[in-house]
Amino acid sequence: MGGLGFDVAHMLAGGLVMISFTMLYQDRLSAVIHVYALHAVVLSLSVAWQAFIQEAPHLYITAAISLVFKAIIVPTALHRIVRRLGIHREVETVVGIGPTMLAGMGLVALSMVLMLRVTPGADALAREDLAFALSVLLLGLLMMVTRRNAVSQVIGFMSLENGLVLAATGAKGMPLVVEISVAFSILIAFIVIGVFLFRIRERFDTVDVGALDHFRGERR
Amino acid sequence: MSALALDAVSVVLAVPLVAAAVLALLPGYRVTARLNVAASFLTLAAALTLLVAERPEPGQYLLVDDLNIVFIVLNTFVGFTTSVFSASYIGHELATGRLTPTYLRFYHAMYQMMMFGMNLAFVSNNIGLMWVAVELATLTTVLMVGIYRTHEALEAAWKYFILGSVGIALALFGTILVYMTARPIMGEGYDAMVWTLLVAQAASFDPALLDVAFVFLLLGYGTKVGLAPLHAWLPDAHAEGPTPISAVLSGLLLNVALYAVLRFKILLAANPAAMPPGPLMVTMGLTSLVFAAFMLYRRRDIKRMFAYSSIEHMGIIVFAFGMGGPLANFAGLLHMVMHSLTKSAIFYAVGHVAQVKGTQRIAEIRGLTESHPALGWGLVIGVVAIAGLPPFGIFTSEFLVVTSTFAREPLLAIVLVFGLLVAFGALLLRVTGLAFGAPTGPVGPVEASYVPLYAHLALVLGAGLYLPPPLVAWFQHVAGLLG
Repeated sequence: MGGLGFDVAHMLAGGLVMISFTMLYQDRLSAVIHVYALHAVVLSLSVAWQAFIQEAPHLYITAAISLVFKAIIVPTALHRIVRRLGIHREVETVVGIGPTMLAGMGLVALSMVLMLRVTPGADALAREDLAFALSVLLLGLLMMVTRRNAVSQVIGFMSLENGLVLAATGAKGMPLVVEISVAFSILIAFIVIGVFLFRIRERFDTVDVGALDHFRGERR
Repeated sequence: MSALALDAVSVVLAVPLVAAAVLALLPGYRVTARLNVAASFLTLAAALTLLVAERPEPGQYLLVDDLNIVFIVLNTFVGFTTSVFSASYIGHELATGRLTPTYLRFYHAMYQMMMFGMNLAFVSNNIGLMWVAVELATLTTVLMVGIYRTHEALEAAWKYFILGSVGIALALFGTILVYMTARPIMGEGYDAMVWTLLVAQAASFDPALLDVAFVFLLLGYGTKVGLAPLHAWLPDAHAEGPTPISAVLSGLLLNVALYAVLRFKILLAANPAAMPPGPLMVTMGLTSLVFAAFMLYRRRDIKRMFAYSSIEHMGIIVFAFGMGGPLANFAGLLHMVMHSLTKSAIFYAVGHVAQVKGTQRIAEIRGLTESHPALGWGLVIGVVAIAGLPPFGIFTSEFLVVTSTFAREPLLAIVLVFGLLVAFGALLLRVTGLAFGAPTGPVGPVEASYVPLYAHLALVLGAGLYLPPPLVAWFQHVAGLLG
């Protein structure tokens, strides 16, 4: 059972890293949202699996939150926003796809080296979980800095946050995980509502945050 | 007696929470503004009783010790004076139509929510709870920065939001790593997240993982302290929000993040095998100081300029705590208190100036001491104090930072003094333009409350002339705790 438990957890966490990579090379916004929904589903499976092998029933709540909220409600809302703004085709990147993928690989290698080196004492499952979680986190950050578009920056942030939930559930017996995942869901809800309510497109004519530079308070 | 202290903590937390709920429901700006002041005063009174009451045993969630009392008293005091300033400031915003009554209700509720978040961060003994509290304080300030709903305000709020969220995400990863480090020693569950228990056991933690955790925490909470190069959100957030919020951001919220960094610094220092946290903090502090000092020269927006000055001073404070040792820690602590008082006083003056002149552009404001003597001289005194001239308290603390650095690392002291002088030049250059010469723009009377402004300045002046021995003893004791 220990072997199988480890393998499944490993596969799901590794799957999250793979999906983060997939997100990096999408060239259409609606595809990015689809991939994010998949990311959330895999996260929810991974958390549920952790709940099962750690015998920690409260983690099922976190799994349910990530399934219902992150995999269904948020993507649906984002699809609506994107369609209404008519930007479902655009993904404007700062750097080309090739260099981004290379940078992503470098970041994953970095997090593996770092995490495996500093945690020789921890058990194998927690170590690898942490290494994968840091990879997902860094890939999310990479996505945020290589995209100009506000919606894809938000998706980058949400995938980063998925990495954090992975880390928190992998840390066996960590208290407050459910509370923290609820706090993060509130944060995300705020972001999505922010994009929607502030109507960045109406205000700025584009969701390209590059255009926001013109409104720097200095040059009124 | 211990019941009294416990009650004081619950009052410090409960008053803002209840006030937020009440203020969200009540219409009418005069009533709510006064209620806001009253609630802030009650919180301050409760915080002051913490000074005399016997402290409760640290619990699983809450903690009162010598370190956080300094922060709580400062926080509630500036929170109270800012609410007095806000009451006179907000009336003008309502009159000019920049805020509607609905938004105002929201503003007051958020003000108290923010005070709740900050106080909770200070008294939390649980590193997870501390993280949640800092997130809450961040979210409420984001909403307030964007409250004017102009292009610039929305952009500033968005930038603050995204950068603040990334910072907070990194801090959470660091928090998880601390738990991972503690778990093999302390077992699973709540104990491994309780700060007092963590410090007691820190010597036996795995040093490598603790180092990595601290780097994440420093980057994460450092973003919120406004350390370069993670400071990009700070000038925009200060410039575009309502001025009371700029005062609270500079005077208090940066301290909350700093407090979190200090807690984890103590944790790291308790482990002899872990890396010394000093060099990292010294580097980030000096970088922020020198960078912000040069940025001061090219500012055209008055609130933006003082935001850069906040980055500069947070740099000095982080530098002082990074140097460590009793003297530098004492100086850092004193500088933090002096900076909070002076910077919020400056923002009180700037808020009224921007209202009466109808602009925040430095070039369009001249001759304030002639057109509005009370405001103009308040601003001049504030800037003289913040630039580090005697006889103000900031001079004392900067002098202590510089002398303690000269004794130990003369090379670093040269960079430090260089940064201080560059910033000094920029501030005096700008304030002469603002305060003297022939007045421009509207010269009408201003409905301002000068009490918070001059009360802060008097405290800073008093501290520069004479520090009461009990205060010195108290700060020395806290400086000793910081290691």
